This record gives sequence, structure tokens and C-alpha cells, in this order.
Amino acid sequence: MNKLVKEPSYNLIPERDLGKTPILECRRIGIDFGGLSAVDEFTIAIGRTEICGIIGPNGAGKTTIFNLLTNVYRPTRGSILVNGVDTLGMTTDEVNRRGVARTFQNIRLFKDLTVEENVLIGLHNSMNYSVASSMLRLPKYWKQEKEARERVRELLHIFHMENMTAQQAGSLPYGAQRRLEIVRSLATNPGILLLDEPAAGMNPSETAELMETIRKIRDEFHIAIMLIEHDMKLVMGICEGIAVLNYGRIIAKGTPDEIRNNPVVIEAYLGKEDE
Amino acid sequence: MSKKRFTLPNWAAYLINAALFAAFIIGGNAVLSSGALPSFITKVAMLIGIQVIAAVSLNISTGYLGQLPLGHAGFMAVGAYASAIFMTRTGIPAQLAFPLGIVIGAAVAGLFGVLIGIPALRLKGDYLAIITLGFGEIIRVVLLNIDSVLGFKLTNGAAGLQGIPKTTTFVNAWLMVGLTCFLIHTFMKSRHGRAVLSIRENEIAAESCGINITYYKTLAFSLSAAFAGAAGALYAGYLGILNPSNFGFMKSIEILVMVVLGGMGSMAGSIVAAIVLTAAPEALRAFDDYRMIVYSLLLIATMIFKPSGLLGRYDFSMKRIIEKCVNGELFASFRRGRGKGAEEA
Amino acid sequence: MSVFTTIIKQLINGLQSGSIYALVALGYSMVYGIIMLLNFAHGDVIMVGAYIAWMMMARFAANPIIALIAAVIGCTVLGVLIEKAAYKPLRQSPRISLLITAIGVSYFLENVAQLVFGANAHVIPTFIDDTPIQLGQIAIPTTALITVIVAGISMVALNVLVKKTRMGKAMRAVSEDAGAAQLMGININNTISFTFAVGSALAGIGSVLYCCAYPKATPTMGSMLGLKAFVAAVLGGIGSIPGAMAGGFAIGIAEALVSSAGLSEWKDGVVFAILIVVLLVKPTGLMGRPMTEKV
Repeated sequence: MNKLVKEPSYNLIPERDLGKTPILECRRIGIDFGGLSAVDEFTIAIGRTEICGIIGPNGAGKTTIFNLLTNVYRPTRGSILVNGVDTLGMTTDEVNRRGVARTFQNIRLFKDLTVEENVLIGLHNSMNYSVASSMLRLPKYWKQEKEARERVRELLHIFHMENMTAQQAGSLPYGAQRRLEIVRSLATNPGILLLDEPAAGMNPSETAELMETIRKIRDEFHIAIMLIEHDMKLVMGICEGIAVLNYGRIIAKGTPDEIRNNPVVIEAYLGKEDE
Repeated sequence: MSKKRFTLPNWAAYLINAALFAAFIIGGNAVLSSGALPSFITKVAMLIGIQVIAAVSLNISTGYLGQLPLGHAGFMAVGAYASAIFMTRTGIPAQLAFPLGIVIGAAVAGLFGVLIGIPALRLKGDYLAIITLGFGEIIRVVLLNIDSVLGFKLTNGAAGLQGIPKTTTFVNAWLMVGLTCFLIHTFMKSRHGRAVLSIRENEIAAESCGINITYYKTLAFSLSAAFAGAAGALYAGYLGILNPSNFGFMKSIEILVMVVLGGMGSMAGSIVAAIVLTAAPEALRAFDDYRMIVYSLLLIATMIFKPSGLLGRYDFSMKRIIEKCVNGELFASFRRGRGKGAEEA
Repeated sequence: MSVFTTIIKQLINGLQSGSIYALVALGYSMVYGIIMLLNFAHGDVIMVGAYIAWMMMARFAANPIIALIAAVIGCTVLGVLIEKAAYKPLRQSPRISLLITAIGVSYFLENVAQLVFGANAHVIPTFIDDTPIQLGQIAIPTTALITVIVAGISMVALNVLVKKTRMGKAMRAVSEDAGAAQLMGININNTISFTFAVGSALAGIGSVLYCCAYPKATPTMGSMLGLKAFVAAVLGGIGSIPGAMAGGFAIGIAEALVSSAGLSEWKDGVVFAILIVVLLVKPTGLMGRPMTEKV
């Protein structure tokens, strides 16, 4: 590698987060599937309270990046740092305990369980009573379960779902399922929340509400949010930094205004103008 | 609703369930020992208890964890032989050796659950079914032949391990049923139980919620094996003589049928199905030639007309029923169907 | 006899039982490939085939060829009947229900056979002149030769059927993606029934060949044979036709070698141990396709 070339600048972090370690840092990660590189040279750093968006045409490798960040896939190259710690060799659940929570493009709820149980599973690691405590119903069990249930009520209240506690997750309307998935990931007490197409299938008024919700999450939970989205209004409306992906590579990075006027981005989305 | 809904405090629910269970044990024992019923009824009642434990224990890995192991009888065999060897080889008096034997049977079977679970649970779906079937058969073949290889009398091979004290009674079998159901219930209604359920529902989502799926799969699998081992220990004390052919592949299938027929994931369902499927063949002894044909046809018909099993995922709760009585909503609970067996909270 | 000839002799035995396992394994594999069902009743179809062969030869003194044809037809009809009556209504149900139904069908067949024919074994008269063919020092039993040849012809025929005919193409399409196949105008019901018919016909051939080697019919003969054949199918990679053949031969030869080492009681254990090792190294069997889940 040519050492004279400077590391690419990935400094999108908003000023308020600059002094601290980024919650998430990707250093030139890449992954190959059967010799074909799906993601390459992906470098980014996310500030502690930043809202960052990843956009790009279908098949650009956006979801692959989420799978890499949560160690569902192992990167072929490069390293991922969560809170300054390299996640190499960790399992998906360990990465979650380190502070990365996510939602899925095709909702993955625990469909046959109730809304409350779904969120309680998110709170799994915030309790620590043992198997014996639960089997013998020791005081620690009662205390922690009570606290957890209160926390569930609180979380559901923030997202206006407190009256759905006992309902089966699979029977909820689509929008509520998406919200429940977000609540469940927040219950794991993350430092960064990855949202995979949160507005997919929503109408404009639901999308507007979602924008408010995402801002609220950042302001009340003081965490970073990284989202993949096709809805430009949403991305441009709430993201502070945007990375544009095409064929697995970042082709542009910047603030919404910079991205909007970037000729490379326009070309990737609309094709080259005729001369 | 303007009025505040009545809820039964937890301690009261536990107390009521314990009282009902005690009444069942004492009453059952009084009826059976009074001599009013033919003595084989007592034997059937013990056997039912053993089958209930086997079924609810398999329900952990089938109904709750969502896997399909086909080697459950293997774990029963391990528990049965472990406790029988312990009881016949140590000079401890039977009153003490028997409860210890159950604990040992459960512990050894649980250990086998961990040892088999770690490789087997890496596979999914049908492959897991087949690999556990393989382990179950290997356990049987080893029990059958281990004496001829190692040269000492341990299992006594095909001739059978004889002279086991017949210590299983109605009371200790059903106390064990109660204990098993209580422990499984309290395990499932906790963060650990929810973690197991989350794996059944969606493995990838469970992982991304911070659940260590390898740990919980192995835990649930070995817990299931341990209770099967306890059932095996009771079975040893019930039969008095053990033969590896008691624990073949068909025994595993028999237990699986109970769980599926009762409704996977419903403990009440497993209990009801274990009772019915153990008692019915005994009651149909008069029609010996036809009973297995009727049984198989019923099995097919149930699956065609009610594929989710008799009770689906419904679970019986005394607490809920009392609350509904007080709140005047009993009809709703009747419409959803009732479960039997008062030993669960 | 030298060690060499002993080994050759055992290999021949292994090939004989292996080709029977392979024929039966093909039935498991094809059915699994098309409706993802572990058809536990398949072993019992073989049992019925053996009883038909017994009846034709012992009762009606029929020629072995006619008995073979009768067994094949009987098994085919039975296989299709089982599919229509017990499995078709469950096509939309959870797979575990289908599995339990298959177990129910298996119980049913065994118990009906016991009711009709009794629990005792019926001995099938020897119908092949069993003078071994001498090849230098090695004696090849005629039954072994016939078994391997008949099984080989059946497998070649199956391969042609699956690879070259319209129906074979339909079978492959349905097992790949039933929904898409239906959109292409393939009649799924007919294709599934046809698959059961072919699998059961192979089981019919297998049953007569099995009777050459072990001339007894009992109500429960199908369960262990079925289980072994099933293991063979999984070992080779369930859903894969060449895999089922390879698995069948592997199991047959492994069994023969274990028996010749004087450990015949451990035979079943070894078969399952091989299965476990293969599955742990290659989780979908020797020739199975890897499973992947998209996140």
C-alpha cells in the first residue's frame, strides 16, 4: 500500500460529539462472496449522538453493511470498532451487548409472543438472576422481573403502545410492528441503533411521524442512529451525515445539502446525462 | 371497564395450586390404597406419571425451543441405567437410594444432554432430528453391548439389568410430576425461558437482542434430557428390570406423539395427551387386535383436522381462572378450551 | 481362505445389501426432495411388498417374475394411496404434523399386517437357484449378482426418467420451487403423486430383492430396514439421487465390514456413528446442497 496517500477523510461527526470516541468506526472493511466483493473500502465513523444515513440503489450493499456491523457476516478485510473495541471474532449477541442494536428490513418479531414478552426479551441482559433463582423463585427474580416490567411499560409508553402490552406481536398492524421492533432493540440498551429501511411500506403521514420518533429516540436516549432508507425526504430531513453507496463502495459522503448537489450521486441514481 | 380488574396475588396463586396438588396426591393415594380399585390401576397411575414427566420434558426442546429431537428415549435410558446401577451397587437402603438415584439419573442424563447437544444443536430442522435419532440408537447399542466389550457386568446387555428395588409408588411418581412441572414452569416464565422461546420464534432476531443462542439451546436441551433422566429413574423403579429394548426409537416416537398431539408448547397439552395416550391402550385391552389400528387412525385424523394439536399453545392457569371467575369473564375462558392437571401455576 | 478373499466376499455382501438400501433410500430422498417429508411409512411399504411377494409365490405358486411385478404394482398403488389419503390434506400444515401423520401411517400398516398375517414370520420359498458363480478363488452368490444387477438397472432407469423425461423435469421443478412450478403450468398434485409412485415402485423392487437375501416377511421388518435406508439417504445428502445411491452402498459396505470384524452387534451403532460424523463435518450430507438463510 502506498503510505504517501493519506487515509481517506471520514470525518462527518457533528461538532458536539467530536471530543469523544466515536460509537462506531469502520476501517476499510470489505467482504467477498464467492470472489465477488459485495462491500469494499467502507470507512466511516459515527459520533455518539449522530443520525447518519446510508443510501444507494438496490443491491448496493447497504444491508450487507448492517450484517457486517452486527457480525452476522465476518468481514474479509478491515476492522470494526464499537466504542473503541474491535469486534473481530465476537458473536452477534456479544456485539449487541457491546452496544449495537438493529431492526430488520423484513420485520423479525417474536410473532407468537406478546408485545410485553418481545420487549422483555430485549431486556434480557439488563437482568442477571440465575437459572436457579428463576426456578426456585428467589427474591432476586421477583425484584428484577418487577423492574423489567416497569421498564417495558415506560418504553411502550414513549412509543404510544402501552395499551397493546398483552397483544400478540404478529397480530399488530404493520406500523406498530415496526415500532415494536424499534422498542425491542432500544430495550437492549444500545449505544447505536441500526434501522434497516424503517419507513418501508409507510404512507407519507406515517413517515413524518417516524421522523419525529427517530429524533425523539436520539434526544431521549442520547444514542447514535444509523439508517438505511430509500425515502429521500426522510433521509434528507433527519440525517446529519449521509454516505452514498454504489456497487459496494462509498461514492460520496457529506451533509444532506452536499449530497443533494453531488453530481456523482445524481449520476448513480439517474444515470449519466446525454451529451 | 370502570371497575379495577381483580388480580390474584402471586403468593395466593402458588398456595392454591399447592393445596390442590396436595389434595390430588392425598386423595389419589387414599383411593388407590383403599383397595376399592383393581391393583393394576395403581400401576397404570404410576406409568402415567412417568409418561407425563417424559412428555413435559420433551416439550421443552420441541415446544419451547422449537427443535425436533428424536432420541428422547436415549436420555430416559441413561437416567434409568444410571439410577439402577447406583441403587443395586451401593449398599444404601432403598428409601434413601431411590431419591438419590433420581437425582443421579437426572444429572447423568443432563450431562449427556450437554455432550450430545453441543454437536447436535449445530444442525437445524430435520438434520437435528436425524442426528439425535442416531445418538439415541447409539446409546441403546452401547447399553446392549458394553458388557461384552469391557468384560464386567454393568448393564447385563440383552438379558436385562435385574433386581432393581421396585421403589416407584403413586405418591413419589406424582410428587416428581409436580416438581417437574413446577420447575419447568418457573424456568419458562423467566428471562431464561423467554430466551428459549425467542430462539423458537426467530433465531436471528434473538441473537441481535443479545441472546446467546448456543448457550440457551444447550441449556434447554440438557434440561429436557435431565427431566427425561428423572423419568427414566422412576421407570427403573417401576419395572424392576431394565432392558435396552425398552428405550428404542419407537419409545422416542411414542413420547413425541404425546407432545405433538397435546399441542407443542403447551404443558397442559402434553399432560393431557400423556394421560390419555397411556390410559387409553390400557382401557382398550379387550380389543387388543384393533387398538393399535384405532390409535394410528386417531393419530392421522387428529393431524389432518387439528394440526396444531389438541390444545394448541394454550396453557392452563389456575390463577387466570380464579381471576376470571371473580371478574365475571369465565365464559371467555371456557370458549378457549380447558386444560386438566392442576399442578401448574 | 486368505484375508483378501474374505474382504472381497464381505464387499460383495456389502454391495448386495447396499443396493437394497440404495433403492429404498431413493424413495425417501425423492419424497423429501419434493414435499420435505421424512416419510416414515416408506419402510412399511417394503413390508407390504414382501407380503405380496410371499402371497404370490407361496399361496398362488406364481413365477418369481410375476411376483416381482405384483409387488411393484402393489407398492406403487399403496404409495399413491397413502399420499392421497394421508399427506395431501396436510400440504399447508406445519411439517411436524405431516411427520406425525407419516408415523401414524406406519403404525397403521404394521398393525393391519399383524392383524391379517399374524405376528409370526412367513418364510418365502427360495426362488433363485443359489449355486455361487466361481471366479477364481472367489465365489459370488447368484442372489448377490442378481440384486446388484436389478438395482443397477432400476437406478439407471430412474436417472433417465428424472433427467430426460417431461415428468422428470416437472419433478425437479417442483422440488426446486413448488409455487414457481405451478405458475409455469405444472400440475403439482400429479407430480407429487408420480414421485410417490416412483419411490414406492423402487421400494417394491427393493422388497423382492430383500426377500432374496432374507426370505422372511414379518409385520415389523420394514422399520429397521427403513431406518437404515433413511440413514443412507441422509448420509448421501437427502433430496439428491446420486447421494442416496452412494449412501446406500456406503452403509451396506460399512455393515459388512463391521460384521466381518466380528462385531455384528455393533453394526447399528457404527451405521449411526458414521452418520453423525458425516453430518457434523458436512451438515447436509455428502452430496446435499448447503442451506443458507438470508438476513
